[in-house]
Amino acid sequence: MSDTPAKHIRTPLARVLGRGAARSGTEHFWRQRLTAVANIPLTIAVVTIIVMLLGRNQAAVAQILGSPLVAVVMLLFILSIIAHMRIGMQVIIEDYVHDDFAKLALIMANTFFCIAVGLASAYGIFKLSFGV
Amino acid sequence: MAETKAPAARPLSPHLQIYRPMLTMMMSIVHRITGFGLYFGTLILAWWLLAAGSGPNGYAKFEWFAGSIIGRLILFGYTWALIHHMLGGIRHLIWDTGRGFGPSEREWLAAANLIGSIAITVLLWIVGLLAMGGSR
Repeated sequence: MSDTPAKHIRTPLARVLGRGAARSGTEHFWRQRLTAVANIPLTIAVVTIIVMLLGRNQAAVAQILGSPLVAVVMLLFILSIIAHMRIGMQVIIEDYVHDDFAKLALIMANTFFCIAVGLASAYGIFKLSFGV
Repeated sequence: MAETKAPAARPLSPHLQIYRPMLTMMMSIVHRITGFGLYFGTLILAWWLLAAGSGPNGYAKFEWFAGSIIGRLILFGYTWALIHHMLGGIRHLIWDTGRGFGPSEREWLAAANLIGSIAITVLLWIVGLLAMGGSR
């Protein structure tokens, strides 16, 4: 009548945890939404900062970008968009690349690209803030 | 079972070419394409930040790029992609609450996404060009 536990291959623990074969559950789904929500105010703030910097010379741009509030907003923006775009690109790769080797290589390359661009951008902000 | 038969010619699941293009479908595709573009556009952001810290000469190189016709086109496209993806993201967050799936709602949201992104992009560029003292 009802489905007895014997009919399931999955252990009760696995069913309770609700994780599939990927073993990662809904972590990507949740993190994509978390960063999406953060990206909205941060993007509005950064676009405002960029508009305010248009037409200014390098010294003024460097000074404003390196000031504490602007620098922290820029760093938060970079952290949030990099985390967001890393997941987004992984989804695109998983959707269209079906060869296992190519898929894993591209997912690796995706991580390397995101960390490299994120750190380079953060280094730019730190340099402006601390003048190193 | 010595010989294996060729697999039966079963119908494949329908893909893009079978559907009539619809606004909601196009907006979904454009959301992915803009996200893909924004991904590589972060290189421009990194360049700008590093250039600002590298001194007047390095910044002049970035300004030359940003002021060129190609640079302007890329940055205009980047602005639109950013705003479109952001508004599309808001649409997705509305959907995540279970709202906005009705026949008229989803059409309205898709249209608002497109019209809103174009309007905000044009507005931002007008403000931006005015802030720079016109096209220089």
